[in-house]
Amino acid sequence: MTTFYRRLPKFNYLAPDTLDEALSLLSRYKGKAMVIAGGTDIIPRLKRREIGAPEHVIDLKGIPGLDNIKYDVSGLSLGTLVTIGAVETSAIIGEKFSVLAQAAQSMASPQVRNRGTIAGNICNAVPSADSAPPLLTLGAKLKLVSQKGERTVGIEDFFTGPGQTALADDEILQEIQIPHPPPNSQGIYLKLTPRRAMDLAIVGVAAVVIPQDGVCQDIRIALGAVAPTPIRVRKAEAVLKGQKFDDALIEKAAKTAAGQSRPIDDHRASADYRRDMVEVLVKRAIKQAIRR
Amino acid sequence: MKEINLTVNNQPYRLSVPPRRTLLEVIREDLGLTGTKEGCGLGECGACTVLMDGQAINSCLVLAAEADGKQITTVEGLASGDKLHPIQQAFVDHGGLQCGFCTPGMIMSAKALLDKNPTPTEEEIKQGITGNLCRCTGYTKIIESIKAAAENMGGK
Ligand SMILES: Cc1cc2nc3c(=O)[nH]c(=O)nc-3n(C[C@H](O)[C@H](O)[C@H](O)COP(=O)(O)OP(=O)(O)OC[C@H]3O[C@@H](n4cnc5c(N)ncnc54)[C@H](O)[C@@H]3O)c2cc1C
Ligand code: FES
Ligand code: FES
Repeated sequence: MTTFYRRLPKFNYLAPDTLDEALSLLSRYKGKAMVIAGGTDIIPRLKRREIGAPEHVIDLKGIPGLDNIKYDVSGLSLGTLVTIGAVETSAIIGEKFSVLAQAAQSMASPQVRNRGTIAGNICNAVPSADSAPPLLTLGAKLKLVSQKGERTVGIEDFFTGPGQTALADDEILQEIQIPHPPPNSQGIYLKLTPRRAMDLAIVGVAAVVIPQDGVCQDIRIALGAVAPTPIRVRKAEAVLKGQKFDDALIEKAAKTAAGQSRPIDDHRASADYRRDMVEVLVKRAIKQAIRR
Repeated sequence: MKEINLTVNNQPYRLSVPPRRTLLEVIREDLGLTGTKEGCGLGECGACTVLMDGQAINSCLVLAAEADGKQITTVEGLASGDKLHPIQQAFVDHGGLQCGFCTPGMIMSAKALLDKNPTPTEEEIKQGITGNLCRCTGYTKIIESIKAAAENMGGK
């Protein structure tokens, strides 16, 4: 059991005004510093003493421009400080990247959505992170920067284990880049929780489908909370890709997705239940996406 | 220690705070505004809800240092003199509270909701208070209170 103290442990607080300054602090205090965005993951974890107190907490919120939502010819770009609430209410995301807006809407409470960021959700990298399955189905790329330079990592390669990512000690996620989805694609995010709000997903399913005249032109399916990381289930996608949609085939794809999941037993649900629910939700998500 | 400037209920404060101090601790312990409550300290219950630059947030999850330069509104900032704010009055009139522990947070969430959406549906009210737990009322009367407040405020 984790111990919960009401008071935070001691640390030093740094608030750089520029990205360069933040990166230089991060490289100077490598391994001893922690970046804070909305703090909705980090503060409870520090209070619970789930993570050791860093010597320095580096707050990114004073850096201008990082909270931009940009939509242009290259697609959608979310600055690292874009909050869950901003994604939930963005007109362009609701219209063109609805699967992500649906996930944002399903998360936490208004208070947490006002503070918490999508980037923080990704960097925290719990298997149940609700923004991950949509970003996997949308083929998001992550721009990581350090003093040494920048690199772009596909979201599938970003998650390396529970709570683990491809981020190096001295790197910051600067931007989430999402390509334009094909014009007639339809996305659905379904989240199974005990309560209607304020719960982490027992299972999360995102499906993005491109239907044309009853045929599945393309499909992407991603799962949350049923493997060590959020995952895309390509074998399940392959069952439907290029085929005519029919109930038996959708059923088969859903079963395949369940087979690809690797859930665990925990206090929130058993592995068997999770696997069964993957099948149910994948089926439901595909059918809803076709009907949209 | 970190020097911060806060405006709380339109009153400016200049404070020197340790980096690990939360906004909630500053509000309750340094400023003595004990209307804002600490329930869980983890973002789950909403008892600590205040408005920061007009948005509802959990003050238990915000470092005081992060609130530097921000405008904060707590439940104490709603009434004008002896006259309760219409949301507060509606909670009194419609039995929207029993023990009262969740009430300041509930009222601040309701305020944030009505500021954005003066004529919410019942579903929107429910969504607006998803981050606030109440152990006493069963929520029905809280929802009625917020509905009544919206009506009394005439969609403003
Ligand atoms: C009551 C409650 C309910 C919640 N409900 C949900 C839910 O339904 N679904 C869900 O998925 N999550 C939920 N969460 C978890 C959390 O709110 C989200 O994961 C949120 O998106 C985290 O973002 P943040 O900006 O607050 O992250 P922070 O706490 O600031 O940071 C999280 C982690 O990411 C790192 N980090 C942040 N930004 C960067 C960056 N730019 N570069 C490198 N590293 C970075 C930090 O160092 C830290 O390790 C909930 C939390 C609470 C308290
Ligand atoms: S005390 Fe802040 S949410 Fe419970
Ligand atoms: S009135 Fe007692 S907790 Fe809500």
